Amino acid sequence: MNLAITLLVVLAIASIIGTVLQQNQPYTSYEIKFGKFWFETFRILGLFDVYSAVWFLLILAFLVISTTTCVVRNTPGMLREITRFREQAQRKSLLRIKNSQTLYSNESVSDIRALTAKLFKAENFRFREHEAENHRVMAAMKGGANKWGYWLTHLGIIVICLGGLLDSRLPLMIAEWQGTITPETRNIPASEVADESTLPTSNFSYRGSVDVPEGRRANIIFLPVRDGYLVQRLPFEIEVKEFRVEHYSTGMPKSFESDLVIHDKDLEQPLEHTISVNHPLIYKGNAIYQANFGDGGSEIQMTLHPFVNKYATQTMTGNVFKQYDLTSNDRKFRLELDDFRLFNINPVKNENGEDDQKNLGPSFIFRLRNAAGEAIEYTNYMVPVELEGRRYLLSGVKTSPADPQRFLHIPADDKGTIGLFMQYLKNLQDDELVRRIATETTQSSMQGVKLDDMTVQTQVIESMIRLTELFVTTGFDGIAEDIANRFPEAQRDAVSEAFLKVLQASLKAIYVETLKQNGKAEPDEQDWLFYDDSMNAIANLPFYGSPWYIQMTGFKQIEASGLQITRSPGKNVVYFGSVMLIIGVFLLFYVAHRRIWVYLRPLDDGQTEVILAGSSNRNQDEFSKYFQRLQHAFGQALSTRGK
Amino acid sequence: MSIQQSALDEFIDSPGLLKKLGVFDWAWAALAVIGAAFVFIQYSSYMDVYEQGILLLSAPALIAFGWYWKAMQPVTAAITLLSLLGIWLYGGNYANAEEVFGLRFLVSSQSAIMWMSALFVLATVFYFGGLIANSAFVEKTASSITWTAIVMGFTGLMVRWYESYLVDPEFGHIPVSNLYEVFILFCLITGLLYMYYEGRYKNRSMGGFVLLVISAAVAFLLWYGYSRGAHEIRPLVPALKSYWMKIHVPANFVGYGAFAISAMVSVAYLIKDRAIKHNPDGLLARRLPSLDMLDDVSYKSIALGFAFFTIATILGAMWAAEAWGGYWSWDPKETWALIVWLNYAAWLHFRFSKGWRGTQMAWWAIAGLFITLFAFIGVNMFLSGLHSYGEL
Ligand code: HEM
Repeated sequence: MNLAITLLVVLAIASIIGTVLQQNQPYTSYEIKFGKFWFETFRILGLFDVYSAVWFLLILAFLVISTTTCVVRNTPGMLREITRFREQAQRKSLLRIKNSQTLYSNESVSDIRALTAKLFKAENFRFREHEAENHRVMAAMKGGANKWGYWLTHLGIIVICLGGLLDSRLPLMIAEWQGTITPETRNIPASEVADESTLPTSNFSYRGSVDVPEGRRANIIFLPVRDGYLVQRLPFEIEVKEFRVEHYSTGMPKSFESDLVIHDKDLEQPLEHTISVNHPLIYKGNAIYQANFGDGGSEIQMTLHPFVNKYATQTMTGNVFKQYDLTSNDRKFRLELDDFRLFNINPVKNENGEDDQKNLGPSFIFRLRNAAGEAIEYTNYMVPVELEGRRYLLSGVKTSPADPQRFLHIPADDKGTIGLFMQYLKNLQDDELVRRIATETTQSSMQGVKLDDMTVQTQVIESMIRLTELFVTTGFDGIAEDIANRFPEAQRDAVSEAFLKVLQASLKAIYVETLKQNGKAEPDEQDWLFYDDSMNAIANLPFYGSPWYIQMTGFKQIEASGLQITRSPGKNVVYFGSVMLIIGVFLLFYVAHRRIWVYLRPLDDGQTEVILAGSSNRNQDEFSKYFQRLQHAFGQALSTRGK
Repeated sequence: MSIQQSALDEFIDSPGLLKKLGVFDWAWAALAVIGAAFVFIQYSSYMDVYEQGILLLSAPALIAFGWYWKAMQPVTAAITLLSLLGIWLYGGNYANAEEVFGLRFLVSSQSAIMWMSALFVLATVFYFGGLIANSAFVEKTASSITWTAIVMGFTGLMVRWYESYLVDPEFGHIPVSNLYEVFILFCLITGLLYMYYEGRYKNRSMGGFVLLVISAAVAFLLWYGYSRGAHEIRPLVPALKSYWMKIHVPANFVGYGAFAISAMVSVAYLIKDRAIKHNPDGLLARRLPSLDMLDDVSYKSIALGFAFFTIATILGAMWAAEAWGGYWSWDPKETWALIVWLNYAAWLHFRFSKGWRGTQMAWWAIAGLFITLFAFIGVNMFLSGLHSYGEL
């Protein structure tokens, strides 16, 4: 018995582990979290998948065994309990029972007997009699179902555990120990997965998942195993025709559903069915559930706007999850398209500076990997986003997964395009234009200043050109550095002030020129705001890391439906055991096994001694009330007088 | 043998149900039937076959329940009337919640739930007051307050159910879908179960202890409502759009409620125990129920809770099989339900085969409440899992 309790408690405590330590995460994340030593320790103890750890299964097994033995041990006794009426009970023992009373009646034994029999029948007690030479015992009982309760609860639990065993990973684990299967840990296409990592359709029970892009088919699922996976073949093919998310008026998702088509040679025509969360499709003992969703390789049209004149603008089309080599570039880059998002509900500052939840529209996520293999992750939004009344093209930058995302704000022109900014940037790098503007501005600013030789003027012009170029390529930092290299400590402040004046003059002038090219004579306030934004953007370009601004110009969204597919033959066994358990528990709690004895002994003076005794194994207080009423009735019926 | 016969006959069919039924019982039955029939005629066309079945079964169930526990008759009647009043006052316009007096101050779900909260706390005070002042009258008042709280609470839930459809027909759902709503359910079920034992044992002096845990829940409810705007009616996440929720959640809360009662009664037990030892003729020693009774209540409520918790967990497994693709995923909520279950299974084993009673078992029952509490709230607060509803 203590065993039972110990087991229950041990199991409870063991179960806690898996709830505090997140199970079946990628091993690398565990390693980062716990460090080498603890990671190894936990791995060996199987704590990353406690519930299929050997020691845990042993506890369960032990629990089943001990319960079984318990049932076996108790059954004979309990059978005796519910089959034996104890009609042999001795007078002494009856008097010793808690609920017991003696009365004396003038009625004859036979009359009382008839009376009692009637009563027992009326109260649905089964009874048996025993006649001894000097007395007679009528022994009755009811509520044997209580013991059935005991059997049903425990057998129920055993059945549940066995049912669970049918669906468990145990066969796989054994096969793994024998080395006949080994999980795949590399991230490779299913078609390339080796046979010892692939399970045949004959496999008895499984639970795995697969992401199927719209319009595509799958005939396998992936079973996660620790830090790897196994490929499970399916006896049929699932096609996802369409995946849909429906939304409430609040924008919260209302339903996820997929239109499926089952292709199977056993079907004369393909089976069409729509599944949704809570409404799976059962086919050939496989239950197909809507588990989650993601991108299925959306097609994205892009324009690459170079920040540097020597590259040409180019356009290209790519698909999410694919990789592309970018040419026309002295440095080599690999473009890896990672994800596409149709909606981006984000908090955005409004005019009053408060956050509103706002949909920033479509975005796509990609990585640019340089020759050295280092990658920077970018999130570019398709349409300009309005911030405090001005519109920007946003590009989020993540130099490493750990870093927070920083944003490059490129001002959008009044057509909402990057055009004006790019034109300005081009002009800043156009040598003749820069020289011309520099000359003009310098001359105009030096009008009237009487100069004997042109050297000063040329110096100014040259430095203007140099600074402009320096700024466009290296930003303010580059200039600061340049000054630091060329001037002694003492002069720097003065110099940089002078330089900035000159630079400002040049940048402004070139900006004005740029506007002129677009037929705008006089810059207004808006234009100057745009100028400031451009300055910020250009100053940040050197840290942007990408030689292009890659803009999404169009897309064709292709979603993937995340399906979970299970075959669990043990399920009904488990349910059956559950029903046993429930019925058992109620019987055990709410049916009391009750006994009543009526002991009759004729006395010499013609009276009859009547001993009334009773017992119950549940709900004592209720039974004593019942027993008192019984006594009372007897007392009345037998019109007794005490002795 | 005529006298004798009558005496025995009297005994034999004295519990005879039909004889014991009074006018009210029959009126009750009639009402239940008429009500069900009315609803069926009016709305059955909108229901699927299961819902029709449930509706038809609800009549006999109500009748049986009302006959078995008479107090249910007036209570159910009051809840029904108030709920209908609320629905009538709304007249299909959610804005009325603020405008119409009767809604604003009585039967809009928010006000009704406020009433419930206030009344439960008040009842706690009265129960303890009655205990200390040794006044049967004060305790009687406490009971009536508790009943009123229960009526208001259930009305609140009923009206909230209706409101959820008013906010947006697509939002409509039974109010047991998030932590806020189930806390109300917890208060109500615990209250009901307690009132049952109170009536059954004809003893009110343990009321304060049970109401204490309800008041604590009320406190949380208010904090949660105000600080997190949790009372706001939100649509269901797809995973919760399932019939199972309607039965799984309430079944669970019968369990939670019963466990809470057993724990609080055990507190009373320990206090009484100390009192008897230290000053036998002190107030507590005299006024608190007998140790046997407390022990019995504690056992009975654990048994009841365990039975329902078993059902709830199994229903949960069946739901999981439908929503997540597996009847058992060792998800934290699931696992903690198992832990709670195992804990009480162990408790019951001690009780059954060792016949253990007394202080150790009382302490254990109290510990049980903390485990239950963690499974109930802690998991949502500290652990991540598939049970994505009602995070704090
Ligand atoms: C995982 C669940 C359970 C396990 C592992 C378990 C195991 C055991 C074991 C090993 C015994 C001892 C038998 C002996 O040694 O004589 C026992 C006895 C008992 N169990 Fe359970 N049991 C479980 C669940 C339950 C439940 C749910 C109930 C009732 C609600 C229950 C009621 C009983 C009773 C009444 C006995 C006492 C039989 C006696 O008097 O010897 N058990 N159980």
